[in-house]
Amino acid sequence: MPSLKELSKKKELLSGGQRLCAGCGASIIVRQILMAAEDPLVISCATGCLEVATTIYPFSAWRIPFIHCAFENSASTLSGAEAAYRSLKRQGKIDRTIKFIAFGGDGGTYDIGLQALSGVLERGHNLLYVCYDNGAYMNTGIQRSSATPQGAATTTSPVGKAIPEGKQRPRKDLTQIVVAHDSPYVAQANPAYYNDLIKKVQKALNTEGPTFINILSPCPRGWRYESSQSIQIAKLATLTGFWPLYEVENGKYRITYRPKKRRPFREWLESQGRFKHLLSEKNKGIVERLEREVEEKENKLLALAGETPSSA
Amino acid sequence: MKEKGWKEIPLGGLILEAGNAEKYATGGWRTYRPVRDEKKCNDCLLCWVYCPDSSIIVEEAKIKGFDYEHCKGCGICSAQCPKDAIEMVEETKFVLQEKGEQ
Repeated sequence: MPSLKELSKKKELLSGGQRLCAGCGASIIVRQILMAAEDPLVISCATGCLEVATTIYPFSAWRIPFIHCAFENSASTLSGAEAAYRSLKRQGKIDRTIKFIAFGGDGGTYDIGLQALSGVLERGHNLLYVCYDNGAYMNTGIQRSSATPQGAATTTSPVGKAIPEGKQRPRKDLTQIVVAHDSPYVAQANPAYYNDLIKKVQKALNTEGPTFINILSPCPRGWRYESSQSIQIAKLATLTGFWPLYEVENGKYRITYRPKKRRPFREWLESQGRFKHLLSEKNKGIVERLEREVEEKENKLLALAGETPSSA
Repeated sequence: MKEKGWKEIPLGGLILEAGNAEKYATGGWRTYRPVRDEKKCNDCLLCWVYCPDSSIIVEEAKIKGFDYEHCKGCGICSAQCPKDAIEMVEETKFVLQEKGEQ
């Protein structure tokens, strides 16, 4: 991977003046992805915070071609652009190499855009789909999505007397769903580990076929923490086992960063206001269950990657 | 910006000037302003790679300062600086300072 010094000499492709909240993870992710790309890009983006805040008419923060589409069809919109590019190339009307990246939030990917994503993976388009996962519909006011972690309070999974735990159901594991499509390259990344993220993006863009990266996107408003803490909290997600960093290349699992000793899952819960209610005495059982589940998931992943499980 | 009539708007509502969001100032959102101590800074560029608002000005791999037109004052740069070279200073301090100078 090129050094930060080298990367900083490249042209900045996302301008300032976009209207995402202060401390938003989505634009950190986009900047890191755009610095990783070596070829000209075409971007599509599902409705969501990123799309709404970066392209408020008549402004666009993107210094590259950007297609605005509806909530459900970021993947299919871009698959059309990619098919047109292949056709033009075959006809000799275009000779440069262009890469395609579709963005979607967790709402636009886990829920609303799932069938479009599945279609793209099955049809085998040559594009990268990036899901920036902040774990709820943040743009419309923090409604739960199928990516919201169990136990999180959102405006549609509020904490109350009848339901003291917030969201009752565990989150969907989208990365595994994409792996099941036999995509040639699937990965999970985190902007706090920018080296790892940039490497994965470069690998995905240089892989023929439909590739996918699921990226954790810290959200100060929805997760309830102070805006300056975004990177620390993103880091904690990986250190506590909530967001393991791994890649699956042609079916072969590899853990790209494994903390020497996993930090207690409780630290992850303590770092954010959306989990605050879980720390009370009456929710002790739920926390213990979540801790057990994280450990089980970790061991499952370690087994898939052929690594020894942690003794702790 | 002057509002356009429908005849002046490009077909399909296209935005023809890529990256024109930079004309929109988001610096007014700030309550705390990042201020860098040049002596402590070693140009590691971590603030630059983590800035959500493309607001760390870098030339030839050296940090030149902040883009206060667009910096929203989130404080990530200050929190991530390994040399403790970025301080978040209350914005009112600068406003009062400017007033005093007038």
